Amino acid sequence: MSTAHSGYYLPHDAHWPIVGSIGLTTMLGGFGAWLNGADVGPWVMAAGFVILLVMMFGWFGTVIRENLAGLYNEQVDRSFRWAMGWFIFSEVMFFAAFFGALFYARVFAVPWLGGEGDKYLTHELLWKGFEAVWPLLQPPIAAVDPSANPYALPKGIIETWKIPALNTLILLSSGVTVTWAHWGLKKGNRGQLILGLIATIALGVTFLALQAHEYVHAYEELNLKLSSGIYGSTFFMLTGFHGLHVTIGATMLTVILLRAIAGHFTPDNHFAFEAVAWYWHFVDVVWLFLFVFVYWI
Amino acid sequence: MSTATATHEAHHEEPPRGLKRWLFTTNHKDIGTLYLVFSLIMLFVGGIMALVIRAELWEPGIQYVDPQFFNAMTTMHGLIMVFGAIMPAFVGLANWLIPMMIGAPDMALPRLNNWSFWILPFAGAMLLSTLFMEGGAPAAGWTMYPPLVLQTGEAFPFLIFSVHLLGISSIMGAINIIATILNMRAPGMTLMKMPLFVWTWLITAYLLIAVMPVLAGAVTMLLTDKYFGTSFFNAAGGGDPVMFQHIFWFFGHPEVYIMILPAFGVISQVIPTFARKPLFGYSSMVYATASIAFLSFIVWAHHMFTVGMPLAGELFFMYATMLIAVPTGVKVFNWVATMWRGALTFETPMLFAVAFVILFTIGGFSGLMLAIAPADFQYHDSYFVVAHFHYVLVTGALFAIFAAVYYWLPKWTGHMYDERLGKWHFWLSVISVNLLYFPQHFLGLAGMPRRYADYAVQFTEWNQVSTIGAFAFGLAQLIFVYVVWKTVRGGRKATAQVWEGARGLEWTLPSPPPYHSFTEAPEVK
Ligand code: HEM
Ligand SMILES: [Cu+2]
Repeated sequence: MSTAHSGYYLPHDAHWPIVGSIGLTTMLGGFGAWLNGADVGPWVMAAGFVILLVMMFGWFGTVIRENLAGLYNEQVDRSFRWAMGWFIFSEVMFFAAFFGALFYARVFAVPWLGGEGDKYLTHELLWKGFEAVWPLLQPPIAAVDPSANPYALPKGIIETWKIPALNTLILLSSGVTVTWAHWGLKKGNRGQLILGLIATIALGVTFLALQAHEYVHAYEELNLKLSSGIYGSTFFMLTGFHGLHVTIGATMLTVILLRAIAGHFTPDNHFAFEAVAWYWHFVDVVWLFLFVFVYWI
Repeated sequence: MSTATATHEAHHEEPPRGLKRWLFTTNHKDIGTLYLVFSLIMLFVGGIMALVIRAELWEPGIQYVDPQFFNAMTTMHGLIMVFGAIMPAFVGLANWLIPMMIGAPDMALPRLNNWSFWILPFAGAMLLSTLFMEGGAPAAGWTMYPPLVLQTGEAFPFLIFSVHLLGISSIMGAINIIATILNMRAPGMTLMKMPLFVWTWLITAYLLIAVMPVLAGAVTMLLTDKYFGTSFFNAAGGGDPVMFQHIFWFFGHPEVYIMILPAFGVISQVIPTFARKPLFGYSSMVYATASIAFLSFIVWAHHMFTVGMPLAGELFFMYATMLIAVPTGVKVFNWVATMWRGALTFETPMLFAVAFVILFTIGGFSGLMLAIAPADFQYHDSYFVVAHFHYVLVTGALFAIFAAVYYWLPKWTGHMYDERLGKWHFWLSVISVNLLYFPQHFLGLAGMPRRYADYAVQFTEWNQVSTIGAFAFGLAQLIFVYVVWKTVRGGRKATAQVWEGARGLEWTLPSPPPYHSFTEAPEVK
């Protein structure tokens, strides 16, 4: 069911997208129902997620088969490259929204609530007694009217030079190992490719395990939670979405590893590998920003 | 002038038939049609909501609907028109036209293209389903400001998720358009030879991938503020509701340009054809579009002059906003210069294009008034703002879409539309739309606030004029539907070139074009 037009491969009918739409809608519909207190919500959500997974298997499977069958020429490859690059850019902008929130809270909102600049009267009338510091362990309401405080008051924050620093080292090394794997691939050295991928995945999983450990520490011992006011909100949203992206990246790397073992890649045809490597570097760079702006300064 | 009249030549590939053709299609023309039909349906759904609003505002006092429902109507109307009608219409045009204009066989990523469209009906259905939920549809305005929006009932998560879905669709669509334009051009089609519609869409696609994720982030923070205990937008926890406005408008202002840049592209194709002169100042048009896109990232807080920003902020955003008038002025000047001493004829697309130039400019001027911070303290959240953005969006973006449909419909269907009915549609629309929106300037300047179901008696007359205009405008659109329907069904055969003055690759293909546009790369002169 496919023909090439002046060499550019055009697929003829696409069954998977509509499955994807159904999966997405089911998943989000279930999530919404859950948030509204319906008991079936989580089940519907899980069902939607399964549909999405099936869709991805099917869709990517088709693309892989077509690629192996040699249907894609260089121009098709370029289309994929442009698409992946700009997709990563859109992800960067997604993180930018949360970094923007962090920036705004630290530089404007919190100091204003503390009475800085021409917001002095707001402080005087509404938030008297609130002291603007960062990290903000005492949200305004807790300072002004402790009896009305709904927020979890943290005892402290995560220490920069322990797990976060170690995780920085881990992710940076994983950037090196994935590049080493790429060199192996380009040299046609499959052993190096596979070994590099395994090392990268192992580092990614270690990163995630350490982060999980850090989260447990924050929740159990520090009482630092998503609901700890603006500090906890920005901390967990930024690191949480990043952790989600590491999870996705590690999953994609695993798929690439399996494909490498199956012998799908050649020194001059391995866009999927490169796409995932780009993604991994993107996750890496986001982490550097997190390390500096969330954990460090 | 081309003499090609071949219309029924055998296509080497026939599209599959029935529902499957539309569900599984990877063809840019089919997908373009789907987008356009979806957008037309949404135009009417959103239009009916607008008529509920105008009916309620016929007289002071509460007539037909309760205030909560009234606010749900303004909110849903805004969301549906922005995300359901205007944006999909332009993506539909992009799908139909870009491959034909750059000499490509199809879009770069046909399967992804299918998905970009097929998320939309699901997102739209999710959004509309909130009308039937406990607590009613969202009613805090399309801008979704907290804390008000956090009072939404069961509709809330579905509002957020439908915005996510719409965002995913737009981002994938934009990525596809970028890949197509950068990678699929016929040999010889250099960037500076691309038709302006292609240029404006390239830049629009960049705006989309830069700001739709930011909107997704903003509404995600709303979701966690409501259900997961975060306090991004709550001062008690150290956050700030104004922060939402900053993030929203960082998306929101580029968003208005997302809705107008492709319109600029359309007008830049239509006017030269009916003036029978090449576009005046092609490269200045390209640079003006790029400047507008750049500036659109640094003006967002002109929507927030009254929230109590520091003085430096007020001044910066005021001057930056006014700067946009420069490249916008360049464009208007170029369109007028293109018509200057041209051999003008006024077929329906040209009528809409000329009306666009005049009426969009009125909207631009009211925008300039709003950009003056101290003056905006008076105008903000009044009907003056409503008048402003409807001049740029209805007589701007929507009129450009009408111009585009009349202009390319003969190419798409192979039939000429009924010129007499087209002219009726135009004249009824242009008269009624001014009845509808022009008085809203007066109402706003006199102090009538937006987003209220009731108003003081002294505003009655102009509101009644506006309501009459609204119903007339709504009815006039039925003519449009009829004209399109009739043209699809049959009519005088269109030649390949269709319009005597038309230039560009799409006019070298037969009308209707073959299922796959350029199977062999055309020669670009
Ligand atoms: C000459 C260029 C323009 C200038 C200087 C301008 C300026 C402004 C300003 C200052 C406001 C805020 C008014 C207020 O809320 O007090 C505004 C609102 C708005 N403008 Fe424009 N504008 C321009 C062009 C456009 C265009 C081309 C579009 C869309 C196609 C547009 C769509 C809107 C919308 C939708 C709003 C209202 C948003 C809301 O509060 O719901 N504007 N404009
Ligand atoms: Cu704006």
